[in-house]
Amino acid sequence: MRQRVEWTPGESAPARAEVLRLQGMRPGERVPARIDSLLDTATTIYLDLAEPRAIVAEISAGEFAGVYRGEGLNPHETPLEAIYPNADHLALLAATVGARVTVRVRELFLRHDLALGCMLDSIASAAADHLADLLGPRYVSMIAGAASDWRVLAYSPGYCGWHVSGQRALFGFLRPEEIGITLNRSCLMQPLKSISGVLVVGPGHIHRFHPTYSFCERCQEKQCRDRMASVLRC
Amino acid sequence: MTMLTEIAEGLQRGEDDLVGNLVREAIAQQMPPLDILNDGLLAGMSVIGEQFRLREIFLPDVLLAARAMYAGLDLLKPLLARDGVPRAGRVVLGSVQGDLHDIGKNLVGIMLEGAGFEVIDLGHDVPAERFVDAAEAHGASVIGVSALLTTTMPVMKDVVELVRARGLNARLSVIVGGAPVSDAWSREIGADGYGYDAANAVERVRALVK
Repeated sequence: MRQRVEWTPGESAPARAEVLRLQGMRPGERVPARIDSLLDTATTIYLDLAEPRAIVAEISAGEFAGVYRGEGLNPHETPLEAIYPNADHLALLAATVGARVTVRVRELFLRHDLALGCMLDSIASAAADHLADLLGPRYVSMIAGAASDWRVLAYSPGYCGWHVSGQRALFGFLRPEEIGITLNRSCLMQPLKSISGVLVVGPGHIHRFHPTYSFCERCQEKQCRDRMASVLRC
Repeated sequence: MTMLTEIAEGLQRGEDDLVGNLVREAIAQQMPPLDILNDGLLAGMSVIGEQFRLREIFLPDVLLAARAMYAGLDLLKPLLARDGVPRAGRVVLGSVQGDLHDIGKNLVGIMLEGAGFEVIDLGHDVPAERFVDAAEAHGASVIGVSALLTTTMPVMKDVVELVRARGLNARLSVIVGGAPVSDAWSREIGADGYGYDAANAVERVRALVK
């Protein structure tokens, strides 16, 4: 199964709290009026320019093993290596909010409208991540006979030990060029506000791992804990 | 209130039109450009930097102030060049190859300019060779390298090793930063410094150029 998905800009817009988090504000912190106003302005620009779309394609565990191995640069042990063999379904994904938003961010920075450019950049980053959250349930709804205890999480190259060069094998299988997402020699996607990865579907417990890998020490985000909690408590 | 104090306070409020007008007026009154820069613009940014370090203000506040700073700095730059006024130092900045995250790096660049440094920003996805080539071409004394992915951090080591291989380490320092980066990593790869946030990065660069 391989499918193209599109959303309205409004559907792709991220939560304000997530954008403010990217701007350095902690949850519950009072947001000054002028920052709220800046967020409103940037959101209006985002809604005008965003073209959110994705492509998702099922992949077998055997095929994904090759994609995940990529160029052999992953660490010896990673969480996903233990997770995906237990999945009931796997699907590669690539999603983008489109190029127009990034172009506007660059224009704003060039004319020193830094605060607005940075806020728009944060909205676009959060929106791109949000697309993966939207794709998970959409993909599960396409699977015949979906089990009630199935949970879905997306995992992306560049995180949790999956080397960023893994995108080359991912792109080779998925071919997201069809929706305008390309990969440069440094494994950066164009448009910039794009994401790629794999959707892992199965019982919630398969996503559980202890963040004690060699690379976990350097990770400041620690989003894995919240992600695991989201699929284990449902 | 003196005009320079008005410039500094207008900058802190992010009033770029006001700061631009005041700088124009100061120039028209034959005030030395270096005084306008140091006691007006940089004084204002120094307060902003401290407030940001103490979490009294947020990133958007810093960027609004920076916009006001640029409103004045763009007017002063040709005059400073005419007078042969040296900057505090020259720094090459970039996010490493394979990394697109650059908001933190951009903030460091803004605050370095606010501290009187000249910044050559190479953007994101910068290979090690380009960092060092740019530093040599521009006569920079510091390279600032940013990474936000653990898988792109090794490029930082490539930059350090290339500086050493070209025999530049006596006059060219490398400072690293980014969310997954640490002081321990900085020492492990032989970098000359580590900045844990933008304000700290500026302090580290100041120490390196002394």
